Formats: sequence, structure tokens, C-alpha cells
Amino acid sequence: MKALTFKQGIHPEYNKELTKDKPLKNAKRPEEVIIPLKQHIGAPLKVLVKKGDQVDLGQKIADGDSFVCAPIHASVSGTVKEIRKVTDPGGDIVDAVVIEAAEVDKLNSGLEKHDNLDDLDAGAIRKIIREAGIVGMGGAMFPTHVKVSIPDDKSVDYVILNGAECEPYLTVDHRVMVERPNSIVFGLKALMKAADAPKGIIGIEENKPEAIASMQDAVENDNNIEVQAFETKYPQGGEKMLIEALIGREVPAGGLPLDIGVVVNNTSTAAAVADAIRDGNPLYERSISITGHGINSPQNLIYRIGTNIGDLVEEAGGIKDNAAKVITGGPMMGVAQKDLNIPGVKGTSGILVLVEDEVEDYEPSPCINCARCVDACPMFLMPTQLANYAKHNMVDELEEWQVLSCVECGSCSFVCPAKIPLVHHLRLGKAQVMAKKREEN
Amino acid sequence: MNKELIVTSSPHVRAQDSVQKIMWSVVIALLPAVFAAVYFFQARAISVVLTAVAGAVLTEYIFQKIRNKKIMIKDGSAVVTGLLLALTLPPSIPLWTAFFGSVVAIGLGKQVFGGIGQNPFNPALVGRAFLTASYPVLMTTWTVDGVSSATPLSQMKMDGIATDTWNLFVGQIGGSLGETSALALLLGFAYLLYKGYVNWRIPLAMVGTVFLGTFAFGSDPIFHLFAGGLMLGALFMATDMVSSPTTKAGRWIFGIGAGLLVVIIRLWGGYPEGVMYSILLMNTAVPLINRYTRPRSLGEVK
Repeated sequence: MKALTFKQGIHPEYNKELTKDKPLKNAKRPEEVIIPLKQHIGAPLKVLVKKGDQVDLGQKIADGDSFVCAPIHASVSGTVKEIRKVTDPGGDIVDAVVIEAAEVDKLNSGLEKHDNLDDLDAGAIRKIIREAGIVGMGGAMFPTHVKVSIPDDKSVDYVILNGAECEPYLTVDHRVMVERPNSIVFGLKALMKAADAPKGIIGIEENKPEAIASMQDAVENDNNIEVQAFETKYPQGGEKMLIEALIGREVPAGGLPLDIGVVVNNTSTAAAVADAIRDGNPLYERSISITGHGINSPQNLIYRIGTNIGDLVEEAGGIKDNAAKVITGGPMMGVAQKDLNIPGVKGTSGILVLVEDEVEDYEPSPCINCARCVDACPMFLMPTQLANYAKHNMVDELEEWQVLSCVECGSCSFVCPAKIPLVHHLRLGKAQVMAKKREEN
Repeated sequence: MNKELIVTSSPHVRAQDSVQKIMWSVVIALLPAVFAAVYFFQARAISVVLTAVAGAVLTEYIFQKIRNKKIMIKDGSAVVTGLLLALTLPPSIPLWTAFFGSVVAIGLGKQVFGGIGQNPFNPALVGRAFLTASYPVLMTTWTVDGVSSATPLSQMKMDGIATDTWNLFVGQIGGSLGETSALALLLGFAYLLYKGYVNWRIPLAMVGTVFLGTFAFGSDPIFHLFAGGLMLGALFMATDMVSSPTTKAGRWIFGIGAGLLVVIIRLWGGYPEGVMYSILLMNTAVPLINRYTRPRSLGEVK
């Protein structure tokens, strides 16, 4: 199999060996969970429980009427202690339901179990995915049932599963692919059926040979599903890079993969779909890598949504004395946290702790036009030029030079020898253009 | 946990390169040419090089001091400018002239525009252009082993005399300190290529254009490759990051444009050599080239 790739991109150090061979294990069941009520991209939800209510594991605690939203479920059986504001890993202050765990869990999701996809039509599968609260688990948390709801004027020929896991350090998708390949394939088939897509592809970076072998075994008897290796290069897991590398199509600027007949999901999302259909389990737990040189005993854990991140870190032996930075997600796109007292959500795939030596104090110096950012940008933008436009609030130029196409992968900042926070300037540039667009409307 | 965690925006890891590393690597890459100059022109070469570098660094320091900016002479960029200027000077140049050239290169070529990263022209070439205009005689007096001699290009232009190709390549010829040995320049360039600190499109396009252009008009292309400042200019001056395009297509255009200008000046112009003006002229076109060679972004419909 020839490894595919996209053009440009970067080669950071991957550091996956810290956790890649650590099997997934269940984290300690938390005594209390704090479940934020905004764990998806889309419309806000209404809370369905109140203080003092007894809830069961998997019971819906928040839902909305809007099409683009995903309900949220209790991740333990127990008593609703309070509903209060918390800071979520994204830094937003949101409402959260605090549940004190009972002695034992009793699953009560209302989801039926189906061992066979033949019993279900596309609509029924979408309904299960929605009711199970499944969102993109790579981090974006876009509701999965929306992705596989194909408008009448469009059709899909590929469902692509993203097993690239191109963020350094993280090994969650890797472990799920190694340990649960059949669930992933079942989930993929369900997604293909829901989207009415004839073909499925699972794309995995070459630095995960065990995952590639595992998935290949699992699809051996399926002619319409293919496992494809990628060269190891960041950001291969970006949706647009993934599609371009696999089938040579470009997602039109401002458009969706759907516009070119493709739906992309994360491998772990597919496994969650299988759990919902076969076991009636809504998305109340997920896997996470607790990793980095600042962690005493790096682990891959399965944790209940709403578990305190500090507790997960303690389970991985706690942080070392020279720890300097804690990031939810990976080092390229993850969010630095100011303290560990925050709940893990559906999109939290990693906790990365960097040590002092790894966290340099970068003082930017003037741009010398070396164009490394131009040569690295997987979207073929000119970050140095855009950063200058953003600094001077030149909105028309920002728009003309396609700032909105920036996927914020951070490759430009990574390569910049002058240590200019380019992607940060580009984010500001995007915000400037969006503000102008809102003003015009 | 009582410890203060560091919070910054992503990405949280960076590549290890720095502007300083790049600049000092260019200095290293120029060392073979400096050694060649010392070999051919002895102690004279050392004094010219040291004077030009000292002039450049000192001017940089004074400007930054006066403007209350951070002193950044350690970043090596002034050293590069001083070295490059020295390599374009005739060995017999009076030391004060070399020093003055460096002052102009850094002062008018770089600092008046705001320092590193802001200069539209290659500063070393600004210094050289100034000296050429102000002291034309000093700038065109060539000696080898104490005997004055014409450069191969002027011999060719004025008297139609060709120089032996091997002598041209290794540098056994009259000329500026760094123009004589193409071999030494190529060695240094190979080092930069290996380190990934230089782009190859501009030199390839420029040298290729000169080769094809001189060949097409009946001149000896090999002679034109290794004579004069083409190698030094194409490998180390046209590739100056600050004053060259940032797009791949732009680099081709820049190189081809500079190459064409060299051919025109050498074959039909009043000067025997045209590398300096070719590059300076193309420098002016860089913002325009960047603008019209912006790559199509992924998914963009133009």
C-alpha cells in the first residue's frame, strides 16, 4: 500500500511512544461529575433535570429542539446536586449539571439495542445517533447526525474515517483502532448507511502500523471499505487535507465536505456510534491520553464525561515538579489551561503536560520574509502577509487573500524562525472579516 | 496545585530554528569564499573583510542605540551584510572606502527602513551601488599578485579575450574578493541547501537564464556562468530572504527576471557586469510579484 499525503505541512516531534502501547483502561469512577451543558457546535440546550432529581446512567439531562444540537446524558447514576456555571476546557463559562454519584450505576438510556444494521433504515440510524448525543470526538464536537443528514440535492459517495491522529502525543484514536476495530467498522457501516454512501475509507498515518494492521484485519471481508495509510505529516488529520490526500477532491472555500460528496468522521466517533446502536449506550464516556513529559505515569484512560481533569491527571501519577503547561488536546491545536479543576467533555481527547524546558519563552523578532510559513501552510495561504494585514486591520485585503480558509492548524507559527505567533494573528484576521460581514448583514 | 501554569495560545511547540541560526549559517556558508579570497589575495583580503564587517556591525549598533531599539547585532544579519559587501569589493580598495560602503549598506540600505526584515533592497548591494557610483575608479581597479589586471568580463567586453574556464571556476582570475572562485561559493551554497536555509529556485532560474540567454545570443555560456559576480549574486544576494519574493512562482519570476537583466547588461549594456543592478531592479518588483503570484488556496475558486 502506497502511503498518501497532502501538499506542504510540517514534521513536529510526535512523542507518541509515551502512551502508544498503554492499553485503554477505565478511569476510577468519579464520586461527582460536572457535566457542561454545551458540548457541541450549534444551538444551546434546555436542561431537563433539577436539583435533587435522581438520574440514571445514560439518562438525558439536556436537549434542544434545534436540528443542529446534540443532547447530553448523565455519565453516572446519582443525584443532581446543583446546576451552576463552570469554565469548560474551551475557556467558555457555561451551565453545568453537577451529579453526585450513587453506589452503583443503572443504565437507563431508552435506546434499544440492535445487533444488526439490516433492522434499521437510514432515518432510524440517524435518530439513534442523535439521541445518543454523538458529536465529533476529534475535538470539534459537531453533531454527527447532522453530518449524515444529506439534503435531497446532494449525494455522498464516501464516508471517510479519520484515524490520522496527526496531533503529536495523542494516542487515543490509535488505541481505539488497535483494541476496538470491529466497533469502528460497525460504526462506519452505520454511518455509510445513514448517509447512503457506497464506499468507506479509513485513513491512518504510517506511524501507527498496529492500528493499520488491526483495521485491515477488521475490514478483510468488506469490499466497499478500504484502509489507507498516510505519510506521517501534520496536519494530515485536517478534514480538507484528509479528503485531498485520499480522493483528490478539494472542499470548496466556505463549503463543506458534503459539497463534494464526502462525510468525514473520527474513528472514535464511529466506535461511539457502534456503542449506541449495539449496546444502547449514549455518549457518556470517552477515551483520553494523559500524556507528556510532565506526567508521572502517562496513560490512556476511558473516563466519564464531566470527570474532573485534575482527577484524571492524579490517576496518571500526577504531574511532575517541573511541569509548566497543561493543555487539553494536542500541542498544535490544544488549549492551555490555567488550572486543572475543569471537567472533561465529549471533545477532550488528551491532557498534555509540558515541562519547563519544553515551554520556551518565545519573544518574536521581525519577519525576515523567509516564507517558511508560506511553504508550510496546508491551505496554501500566505500567513506572513495575512498577519501584517490583520495587524493593520486591513479587512478587504484579509478577505481577498483568503484568511477565512485558515484552519488554524498552527503550522505557520510552528515553523516561524522569528517566533511570530502567526496563527494567532490569523485568528484575529478571521474575526475582523467576520465582524465586517455581520455588520453588512 | 499551587503552581502557576503558563497559558498561551496554540501551537505549544515550535521548530528549533531561529533567525539567528539562519544568519550565522549564512556566515558559515560564506567562509569558503572568504578563505578563497585570502588564498588569492593574501592579507589584503582579511583586512577588507574585517573592515567591512566591523563597519556594518558598528553602524547597526549605533542606529539601534540612537533609535532606542533592542541591540540585535548578535543576530548575525549585519555580519552577513558586511561579509557580502566585502566579497563584492576589489582587493585593492582602500580600507576607509570599504568601511564607508558598510556604513551606507546598513544605514541607507537597512536601518532607515526600520532594520531587519524591512529593507526593500539587498543592503550589501546598496552599499556596493553607492561605492560604484561614488568611487568608480577605486571600484574597478583589479590586481592579482600585485599586478593590475582586467576582470575576465571586461577583457571579454573590451578586447574580446576569453579566460580559461578552469581558472574561472577555481578563481585564478582578476576580480572582486568573492567573485573569483565559483567553486568556493557553490560549496557554501551546498551547505545552506543541506541545512534547508536557502531556496534554490531563484539561483537556478537566474543562472539558468543567463546560461540560456548568453548561449542564444552567441556568447560562451560557461564563461558567463563563472565570470564576474553571477555566482555570488545568484547564490547569496538574490536569495536574500527579506528582499526576494515569498511565493514559489514569484521566486522563479524573480530569478528569471534578474537573469535576463544580467544578459542584457552584459551583452549590450555599457558596463561589463550587471549582476548588482539586475538584483536591485528585481528587488523593486518584489511586492508586485508577491501580489500576482499568490498561490490559489486549497478549495479557492478564482
